[in-house]
Amino acid sequence: MQLSDYEAALLAGQEGPAVQRAMQIVTTLGRVYGAPDLIPVASVQVAGVSYRNLGDAGLEFNQDWAAQGARVQVPTTLNPSGMDHKQWREQGFSEDFAAKQVAVVAAYTAMGIMPTCTCIPYEIGNRPRAGQSLAWSESSAVVYANSVLAAHTNREGGPSALAAAICGRTARYGLHLPQNRLATHRITVRCPVRTSHEFAALGYLVGKQVGDGVPCFVGLELPPITLGVDGSASLASDHNDALKLMGAALASSGAVALYHVEGVTLEAQNESMVGPAPHEITVDSLAPTIAELNHAIDQIDLVVIGCPHASLAEIGAVAEELRGKKCRAQVWVTTARAVRDQAAERGWVAEIEAAGGLVVADGCVVVAPMRELCYRTLATNSPKMAAYALPHAGLQARFGDLSACMRAAVTGCWEA
Amino acid sequence: MGTHLQGRAIVEGQAKGLALVSRTPISFLGGVDGERGIITETDHPLYGESVAGRILVFPHGKGSTVGSYVIYRLARAGLAPAAIINVSTEPIVAVGALIADIPLVDQVDISQIETGMPVSLEGADITLG
Repeated sequence: MQLSDYEAALLAGQEGPAVQRAMQIVTTLGRVYGAPDLIPVASVQVAGVSYRNLGDAGLEFNQDWAAQGARVQVPTTLNPSGMDHKQWREQGFSEDFAAKQVAVVAAYTAMGIMPTCTCIPYEIGNRPRAGQSLAWSESSAVVYANSVLAAHTNREGGPSALAAAICGRTARYGLHLPQNRLATHRITVRCPVRTSHEFAALGYLVGKQVGDGVPCFVGLELPPITLGVDGSASLASDHNDALKLMGAALASSGAVALYHVEGVTLEAQNESMVGPAPHEITVDSLAPTIAELNHAIDQIDLVVIGCPHASLAEIGAVAEELRGKKCRAQVWVTTARAVRDQAAERGWVAEIEAAGGLVVADGCVVVAPMRELCYRTLATNSPKMAAYALPHAGLQARFGDLSACMRAAVTGCWEA
Repeated sequence: MGTHLQGRAIVEGQAKGLALVSRTPISFLGGVDGERGIITETDHPLYGESVAGRILVFPHGKGSTVGSYVIYRLARAGLAPAAIINVSTEPIVAVGALIADIPLVDQVDISQIETGMPVSLEGADITLG
């Protein structure tokens, strides 16, 4: 691999052991993938924040690295935590977990990382411009950054993203190379796909079929994404929420890091992004997918909106559905703290709380220690959450649109 | 002398030990206990085996990238494999082996290696028997 004199000096330890280790990680991955050289990154999103996943192993490693002097060189945001850092008692988590969780975030902030604790960094200020090179982890954010924002990032892991932040560089391979951004699969959609619910189900269906390929959707009726004055993608909030849910589903049932929508996403508006000899997939119905995401449960203990983290518009929709009602099921709307603050200003947090729900900042049900709590069943509008509920949280799940989820919240029962 | 295999050294080093071979991928997060060094994925063919001091041979890693830290934890607990041999390594194992200082070689035809065989490894060179 070709390194500049400065990069070679960093790898040799000129700036100390912390940067040296980061360079070792980045160059090792470059060697694994045959990268020709390194490129600077504009921002980093670091996953591996919940203590439940990271454990003492990751906590100790990060504490050691921070103590060695590791500091991020580029704007770096943090993935969701296992809990709301202010309301974890209301969520029901233990003192032991909370203490460890606080230590995890402290190790990251010691390295200069912003404790954003969200999987939607692009909604709270870390919004890359089209064409920028990034090193992001968190599969739902990666697929959004590549597809909706037209930035360039591989599907980094937590440690490799952190290494890229500490040396400000990543190896140039994978989706940093133009030829790898062409679609491997053409997805012809013949059934109506209009609601967020349908986009989400489509993502889940297609992710299973394309694995780590790049799908290009043909026949989806959405207005083209435009470039805002700041050079980053701009789109209406309902389309944004639909594409966010679809991408998260593609990245969880498969390992999709990039999709195109012909005539809609920025890279696929003026030229075909379909590569040579694509696999052809036709989608005629979403009903079997929706059925597959629903366990045969009637009683709902917990309703989760916000996987990926809820946008301001989604929180507004929940508040409208719950206005003046009382919930039998627990309701968690998970989001970024900055988005929660905006929702609070509009009175939506108070309305949701008056109905018995919680607007959870920082946290995520997929990575939370849900087995500490007594829930058995869950309803959600996210295929990712529905599919991960059982293996990650021990909960059986229902998947429906936001209104169906809110009806279940009020009655405590799922209307099939 | 035994059979020689040549791979690609991802983390350079030397090691000797008895092979522990999995024909299926290994998930370190949730699949290996970092405190005890035991494979805990219930339907894995190596369920219950200890990786400590073994030449751990498997196609590639799978699952969460947090698995890299489990490999680091194994090393801190003195329960790390002596070396890792993969068919095609990926970031979980590559980063884990690097931060735990475990020699790692990939692009190896692992069909020739059986559990229990003595294996010695130096850089990209592997000797069986």
